[in-house]
Amino acid sequence: MMQNMRETLEKENFLIESAFTYSEAMSKIGVYEYDCILLDITLPDGNGLDILNVLKEKGIMDSVIIVSAKDSLDDKIKGLDLGADDYLPKPFHMAELNARVKAVLRRRKFDGANLLQLDNVTIDIDAHQVKVDGKILELNRKEFDVLFYLAANKDRLVSKSALAEHVWGDYIDQASNFDFIYSQIKNLRKKLSDCHAGIEIKAVYGIGYKLTVL
Amino acid sequence: MKLLNYTTTYFAVILIFLLAIWAVLFYFEIMDEIYDSLDDGLDNQKMLVIRRAKDDPAILQRSTFEDGNYIITPINLESSRGFTDSFRDTLMFMENEAEYEPVRLLESVFHQDGNYYKIKVVTSMVEEDDLRKELFFSILYLYLGLIFVILLLNNILQKKAWRPFYKLLSRLERFSIEDAKEIKYEKTNIDEFRLLNERVDRLLKKSVESYKSQKEFIENASHELQTPLAISINKLELMAENSNLNEEQMEELGTVLNSLERLTRLNKSLLLLSRIENRQFEEGEKFSWNGLIVQIIAEFEDFGLHQQVSLEITEKGIFEHRGNRDLAAILISNLLRNAIIHSSSGTTVKVIVSEESIRFENPGNEALDETRIFSRFQGTESARSTGLGLAISKAISERFNLDLTYQFSAETHIFTIGHHSS
Repeated sequence: MMQNMRETLEKENFLIESAFTYSEAMSKIGVYEYDCILLDITLPDGNGLDILNVLKEKGIMDSVIIVSAKDSLDDKIKGLDLGADDYLPKPFHMAELNARVKAVLRRRKFDGANLLQLDNVTIDIDAHQVKVDGKILELNRKEFDVLFYLAANKDRLVSKSALAEHVWGDYIDQASNFDFIYSQIKNLRKKLSDCHAGIEIKAVYGIGYKLTVL
Repeated sequence: MKLLNYTTTYFAVILIFLLAIWAVLFYFEIMDEIYDSLDDGLDNQKMLVIRRAKDDPAILQRSTFEDGNYIITPINLESSRGFTDSFRDTLMFMENEAEYEPVRLLESVFHQDGNYYKIKVVTSMVEEDDLRKELFFSILYLYLGLIFVILLLNNILQKKAWRPFYKLLSRLERFSIEDAKEIKYEKTNIDEFRLLNERVDRLLKKSVESYKSQKEFIENASHELQTPLAISINKLELMAENSNLNEEQMEELGTVLNSLERLTRLNKSLLLLSRIENRQFEEGEKFSWNGLIVQIIAEFEDFGLHQQVSLEITEKGIFEHRGNRDLAAILISNLLRNAIIHSSSGTTVKVIVSEESIRFENPGNEALDETRIFSRFQGTESARSTGLGLAISKAISERFNLDLTYQFSAETHIFTIGHHSS
């Protein structure tokens, strides 16, 4: 699991350090400062929530995303109460992890507008606006969400189920068939190509989609 | 029936028979004794009269019961022969009561100065019907008195004796396996109750233990199953991303991924189901479901569009109910998804919300088997879905004290969530 996460995040050029146990983690947070900590609650020699406690007591401002298999409301509430920035229940898609980490990091930077630039496409995250060559591209809410999610996972394969869960909500995940995403993708592709955007959404056979810069 | 009343009822029935038998026996015994003493008295009186007759022959002329209680009539020798003393009951007019009353009569024969006389001596007798009446009422009072005493004793003694039992009972009533508070037991000197307390204690501890271990098992199963599944899916996704596989291989990979994702969903659903059944969700508060329904319908719009099924919501009223929001959302989305999946293209799924109920209607050809659709893996859901959707819906509505029912009328499947009819 950790290896997968490491591999995924390293692809985004993040510098990753890993701790496998409670004591290892405690010694690391004592020495270094991190932009973002992914914290598992179930550790072989302790509870991840205790680490969170220590962090907040010491006033360390690292962002924390709790990653937990304990998909229980208790842990979620406790974690967020203790000052965690986000809560990601296992199992999750790597694309989701990627998006969440980026979102947390973005929130930490208070400087300026939240803009994501891909070739000639500018995504204004706060305003929910997309501009191509400075011209506004009209997208509906779902299309924007799809584009933004794919953009956050640029050049990465995003599976259909990850996309569906992220954009259409938690309750869609039992839908048994995610083909309905296709029509949104189709519309989005058409709009992008119509205004000569420098990005393209590619379908990856039966698995998902990938956004690439041309 | 309460234990106390139970024994009292038995006592009441048994006593009625016992007392009745006793009353009959007592009656005959008493009557026998009374006759015996009356007869003795008459015999004695006869002898006194005969002795007095020797001194005062005028007595021999008394032929009516005027002021005495005897009459003497002369008889001839023949009729005196073979005559034996006889006692019998007869009636006599009593001046004081102005009616005929039973009397005891002794008939005897004696001779004086060569003449034979017959003597009849009477004495007033107990009035049998009065005696019976008296006896009956005495017994009735005795009976009522006994029952009252038994009730009283039962209430005082039995209650005292059974106190540990009732204490245990009331504690068991309040016992809930979820919060599993220790039950405190009443100290008792009665062996049976001590044994009962011990056994109940052992049983409860065992149940709590297995409940806890089951809960832990679910958590562990979740951890143990979901992690390898997630790892496999992630690895395959990374593989699809990294290597330059050919089209055919990619499609194979896609199939494997789909299966794994289906497995993940199945696992999630099973865990959800057992967690609902184990009541591992927060209670939640009363809230209006309309907003939630509208939001979920919006989320399913695209899914419906793809299935060429349109969604339509009619809000006739505000449906309010107490419950966990997450579970409510799962309930609604499951039913909505179910309706969409089982609608043929070009049709409309209608959701009708009113104060009393939420109805999901979609056209269909034939009725589903009501008894089976809510069971696990029993629905007619397609192979692509988990087969748990309706089972989960049922479990959630039970948890919420809502009624989830299915109807088929006018070529329409109707699933209704409603408040308990009671």
